[in-house]
Amino acid sequence: MTEKDLPALTIADLQSVLRRGDVSPREVIDALRARIDAIDPEIGAYLSLDMEAATQQAEKSNVDLPLGGLPLAIKDIINVMGQPCTCGSKILSGYRAIYDATVIQKLRAAGAIPFGKTNLDEFAMGSSTENSAVKLTRNPWDLSRVPGGSSGGSAAAVAADAAFGALGSDTGGSIRQPAALSGVVGLKPTYGRVSRFGLVAFASSLDQIGPLTKTVRDAAMIMNAIAGHDPQDSTALNEPVPDYAARLGRDLRGVRLGLPKEYLIEGIDSQVKIAIDTAVKQMSSLGAEIIEVSLPTTEYAIAVYYIVATAEASTNLARFDGVRYGYRAENPKDMLDLYGRTREEGFGPEVKRRIILGTYVLSSGYYDAYYLQAQKVRELIRRDFASAFEKVDALVSPTSPVPAFRLGERVADPLQMYLADIFTIAANLAGICGISVPCGLAEVDGHRLPIGLQFLGKALDEARILQIAHAYEQSTDWHKARPLIAAVK
Amino acid sequence: MARSSDLDVAYIARLARINLTEAEAKVFQKQLDDVLNYVEKLRQADVSHVEAAAHTLPIFNVFREDAPGDCFTAEQALSNAPRQANGLFVVPKVVE
Repeated sequence: MTEKDLPALTIADLQSVLRRGDVSPREVIDALRARIDAIDPEIGAYLSLDMEAATQQAEKSNVDLPLGGLPLAIKDIINVMGQPCTCGSKILSGYRAIYDATVIQKLRAAGAIPFGKTNLDEFAMGSSTENSAVKLTRNPWDLSRVPGGSSGGSAAAVAADAAFGALGSDTGGSIRQPAALSGVVGLKPTYGRVSRFGLVAFASSLDQIGPLTKTVRDAAMIMNAIAGHDPQDSTALNEPVPDYAARLGRDLRGVRLGLPKEYLIEGIDSQVKIAIDTAVKQMSSLGAEIIEVSLPTTEYAIAVYYIVATAEASTNLARFDGVRYGYRAENPKDMLDLYGRTREEGFGPEVKRRIILGTYVLSSGYYDAYYLQAQKVRELIRRDFASAFEKVDALVSPTSPVPAFRLGERVADPLQMYLADIFTIAANLAGICGISVPCGLAEVDGHRLPIGLQFLGKALDEARILQIAHAYEQSTDWHKARPLIAAVK
Repeated sequence: MARSSDLDVAYIARLARINLTEAEAKVFQKQLDDVLNYVEKLRQADVSHVEAAAHTLPIFNVFREDAPGDCFTAEQALSNAPRQANGLFVVPKVVE
């Protein structure tokens, strides 16, 4: 095992070589640093690195801890004490976190080393990472394409072997969709399964933190560390946390998988459709029972989301006022001028659009027509899933209707960008869990582009969808496919 | 449900304390009219027998002991302030 080979390892394999003493945690940090220096100028996954602190932690790390000596990348919307937390926004340029998010405390307690912050759509609002005010992140499979979003930096870093694993956040698909477009695994836990304390709030009833990794087993290992109750987050569920990694290994015999008939929409890329059909056939041949189910409210999900999420965002982002932290406009003549210009200069276009839409749907005279109506339809969506899960153990669908699209292709038309979230958004509205795993490679313009398969599970059924995703993954070689750029360097 | 043309971007932006240029307001008006036209479809859903869902899981009030814990020092709380003096945030004059 040379230093050059280390970054390609999974977390599980890295743990083995660390525990055998083949390499030291310090050597792992050095190897990762060399990899990032070599490849990240082309990818643009990272916004900041703190390798000195990481090296210090590595020197004293205990590899017998559950994640001992494992460096992890963190989406730059989660507070890591002493490190920047820009949220991809000019309004938080220069900000340094003064505390650790609960997930970071838990990762540190498990021995992991949070060493760098990854790029994202500004305040996690977007599906391509192009809304970052800081920089562009490119898809490691084709540098002219997006990595997905909003956790695009985390997905691209893992795909390019520039991170062993990463944390992202998912409000409407922001872990699963970039995982699919970048060819990695991404898990959105049940709402309340992972504490949101220290995650900068976008839409508080939808946001969840979760892992992006090279394999399902790695995702389970991170979940073991971050899941659980937290007195700092009153929505963090006080339910026991199973050992997700220990439960992997069950096969697909007798597993009931639901295919929502409403998900056979126009506009699914033909190569995506073939890959999903092939995966479903494969799971059927491995003993899974395939059952057609109906989610009649699917057609309303995106509309509900863009009312609920923007309403919550408009109130959450009111805190960015130029007074207590972050960017402040120069020479304000009074308070209103300070607020108005700070927010004009500090926020990018997508954030402004969503704050304005959210303010509108909550405003007097429109609240009932938009916000209240959306909350009621949200309840119908939740019921749809509840009745589907009476018949099946998990639902199966594409994660994204298309593989990675070109940089710049969709930025001019926000509505078209929103519509690409059709398969992921409903899970956040219903509060359930979901995972995306690689299930194929499309050929587009001479490049191979990853395709993601999504499994949705009922609330608190992470162990089940991890088992199912693991059984599927282990029956294929898709998770071993690497972008060309990984081999070149 | 209101027609999408009811949205006056310039007015709502003022409520949200975001200054916009006229050009920006015009672009947003068109884009947000499109979004509002799209969400009109929610009117078709039959919600006559449904309570609004603020949350999807049965989450109730969560109580804890009212015990003092660790908190930030004034220095920590001010460490990211754009302007500060004497342990306070500095802002433009509010009262004449």
